[in-house]
Amino acid sequence: MRAITVVRQFGEIVLAIGIAPLFAGWIAQCRAWLQNRSAPPLRQQYRMLRKLFLKDALLAPNASALFRLTPYILFATMVLAAAIIPSLATDLPFARAADSIALIGLFATARVFLSLAAMDVGTAFGTMGARREMMVGFLAEPALLMVLFNAFLLFGSTALPSLVDGYANHPSIIDPSVIFAAVAFVMVLLAENARIPIDNPATHLELTMIHEAMLLEYSARHLALVEWASSLKLFNYACIGFALFIPWGIATNGHDGVAALLISIAALILKLIVAGAALALIESLSAKLRIFRAPEYLAMAFLLAVLGLLVHLLLGAHSL
Amino acid sequence: MLLLVGVWPTLGLVGMLRPRGRMVARVLFPLGALTCLAVAALAGIFLARGAAAEVMVLPLGLPDLPFHLRLDALSGFFLLLLCVAGAGISTFSAGYFRSGEGTSPGLMGLEFHIFLASMAMVILADDAYAFMVAWETMALSSYFLVTSQHRIPEIRRAGFLYLLMAHVGAICILLSFGVLQGGSWHFTFDAMRASSVSLAPFWASTAFLLALLGFGVKAGMVPLHVWLPEAHPAAPSPVSAMMSALMLKTAVYGLLRVSFDLLRVRHWQWGVLVLVLGLFSGIYGAIFAAVQTDMKRLLAYSSIENIGIIFTGIGLAILFETAGLRLFAALALCAALVHSLNHALFKSLLFLTTGSVLHATSHRSLGKLGGLIRRMPWVAALALVGTLAIAGLPPLNGFVSEWLLLQAFLFTEQIPHAFVNMFVPLGAAVLALTAALAAYVMVKFYGVVFLGQPREPSLVEAHDANWLERIGLAWLALGCIAIGVVPQLALRPAGAVTGELLACRVNPTGSIWWIAPIAAKQASYSGLILLAGIFGVIGVTYLLVRRLAHGRMGRGAAWDCGYPWQTARMQDTAEGFGQPIRHMFGAFFKMERHLPAATDVAPRYRIRIEDRMWGAIYRPIAISTQWIAAQVGRLQGGSLSIYLMYSFFTLIALLVLVFVI
Repeated sequence: MRAITVVRQFGEIVLAIGIAPLFAGWIAQCRAWLQNRSAPPLRQQYRMLRKLFLKDALLAPNASALFRLTPYILFATMVLAAAIIPSLATDLPFARAADSIALIGLFATARVFLSLAAMDVGTAFGTMGARREMMVGFLAEPALLMVLFNAFLLFGSTALPSLVDGYANHPSIIDPSVIFAAVAFVMVLLAENARIPIDNPATHLELTMIHEAMLLEYSARHLALVEWASSLKLFNYACIGFALFIPWGIATNGHDGVAALLISIAALILKLIVAGAALALIESLSAKLRIFRAPEYLAMAFLLAVLGLLVHLLLGAHSL
Repeated sequence: MLLLVGVWPTLGLVGMLRPRGRMVARVLFPLGALTCLAVAALAGIFLARGAAAEVMVLPLGLPDLPFHLRLDALSGFFLLLLCVAGAGISTFSAGYFRSGEGTSPGLMGLEFHIFLASMAMVILADDAYAFMVAWETMALSSYFLVTSQHRIPEIRRAGFLYLLMAHVGAICILLSFGVLQGGSWHFTFDAMRASSVSLAPFWASTAFLLALLGFGVKAGMVPLHVWLPEAHPAAPSPVSAMMSALMLKTAVYGLLRVSFDLLRVRHWQWGVLVLVLGLFSGIYGAIFAAVQTDMKRLLAYSSIENIGIIFTGIGLAILFETAGLRLFAALALCAALVHSLNHALFKSLLFLTTGSVLHATSHRSLGKLGGLIRRMPWVAALALVGTLAIAGLPPLNGFVSEWLLLQAFLFTEQIPHAFVNMFVPLGAAVLALTAALAAYVMVKFYGVVFLGQPREPSLVEAHDANWLERIGLAWLALGCIAIGVVPQLALRPAGAVTGELLACRVNPTGSIWWIAPIAAKQASYSGLILLAGIFGVIGVTYLLVRRLAHGRMGRGAAWDCGYPWQTARMQDTAEGFGQPIRHMFGAFFKMERHLPAATDVAPRYRIRIEDRMWGAIYRPIAISTQWIAAQVGRLQGGSLSIYLMYSFFTLIALLVLVFVI
């Protein structure tokens, strides 16, 4: 393990923590423009976090230790995930701790803790949000797994760095299954991050909310950590998508120079800008689904991923 | 080893001297737990040494048919499982059983220890005769444990159903052994190993199917699972823990012994069958667990789900093995074995916590619990470990085995059968759905029992578990964490088993830091680094928040979108939490729903959910059996002359038969 890789590892973590609210802010800005509203400035997200950190926390009288611990656990799991996902470089000392399946597990841990915390105070909305969140979660997980299966069939690995390296070694690979998988992945990303067809991050409309319902009892620093963790989750999902489908620019094994680093940072920012705009466009063009249409939506994502898998197997494309 | 197994029944008999005294709880159960630890240590050492199998012949049993015992890697592994979890359950039981609740503690102790010893004997038996004797002892002792509160009619009914199903299973196993001896009339497993090579494919498959049926009944494989959700809630909690965590594993052991050791798996169709049944059991159990309103029934269905996961691993291992992909077979088998061990730990932990909750509140229905984390912090904290583990979340142990199994699924593409290799990957999606549903179920379980506001006023007086119970729970929780963080603890013993059965081991690196079953480049996982990472980040974040911001905190009424009145009745109930599942998987259930009309003076909402298997399989069998019995009953006219005539005609028929032949 060389010093440079360790430095880069920590640099990547710090960058992810710093840039994640910006990415969420960028999507909000794009949405505002698309909907002909005047957009909040990009630093609005940081202002909000700062405001929340400075306020006094207010807890419900019966909130237990689990409730207070959960924001920290959420934040920690998301930071850990950011350390594992190769957003800038593939040679990460930490990445061996978890492959992409374990990464799904890590996200599931965060989801379960948030749901438990939402049930802790025992309010009507909290428990409702927890139930819906778990429902979306258990439907999204199989679809995501099928996407990863597809990637495994192409490159023989479930470790994200190996996948990126695989792409780098075979830049000309075009497999139709990837398109199906990519569409499925975007659908799962929207569902898992409480974005529009499933949930609306900008509303507290009681009957439709999922994610926001679980946060109702949080305030001040706890809320700040949860919000930060949510934006980190979105950032992480975007980076998983980049690693799986558009890995160009990520510094692969053996490219340690400053040039490679600069290219990777520039590529990441460019990709985030485009992806943010695209997500905002999708969200603006679609309507929120009724909660019981959510299973159909996620079943669709699952079917697309399975189709990708079958296309791959039927065409007899050889894994590399 | 054998001496130690003999200690358990002795302890039980000693307890009978003063069945209602304090000695049973304070001395005998802890001694039983120590015995468990000793056996576990011996089994662990045996597995670590990798020594050859030890054989022993007991001068017990029928003349010319002595009991043969054998300790090899497979039985060593299951003995380890039995005793590691058994130690925790015994310690808990020391604090749990008390006078005045049905059967006296002394009698419970006797049955409990005979149950333990018979399970150990099942695992150690090396001939069909000893196996069946131990198997029946196990069934009977557990039957008496289940019906310890026999004055309640439902418990008697559940016990009878259990006994019936247990014997249907036992007959299948007996027949399977009968086929396996292949006309040699030698009933030792050694002879069966030798004769099974020459067994015709048809008879080999018959033996396998009978064994699958027999052990499937015991394991609770769908559609043979119906006794499980009845018997587990009826039994006292430590007994439910023993049955669910340990006894189901003896069935897994039996299936592995027959299919891998005696029959040396031959046909890939067996694998497909076990795989499909396993996946179906998994999803079926998870769906039904999600709609239960009784906490022990919920856990019972969750056991069916976990058995499904284990069978999935076994089926996959058979598929790989018959396709000649030995390394992947070892991986799948390893996953099944590790999951068996994990399930023994977290399921016994959870069943025991329901026991503590039951003692503290005397409620079993989820609709009457809630908010216990504030009254029972110890039990709640330990139950949280079990909940996260069974939900398959990293960095705990449940995730390790599910991860291994998913890794094994990745290689199904290489199975050289068209269509099979195409559809088996979909099994991974079913498995992922099962695991994610399990998380849903466990959030429901933990959230409704321990979180929120108390749903009954009496819950405010609930008390935490006593210290013996806490030790038992903590031991099991520690096991969950240890295997999650250092999976090698379970992988090494499981590797010894795959080394014996398949002559192949996974995880070549052997590092304790991470596991990489096939190759590090392909996939690796480290619970230790994840756990350390999570704690590290939490610590740093906490310090930074305190340093850069502040730690001021106040308490005020819950916000809940500004609704002023909030009562405990407004929380999601267990039924409410199951509603999305009922909605989505409606085809699985037989539902009777009564909705209140607008004009009702006393509006009531009622829902009854029944297992479809009852109507589809069991009721027709029960009805036709009664019909046949009624028809046969007509023969009994009641007058002596008719019976004499029957005897006369039978005699004539036999004479004719003899004459013709």
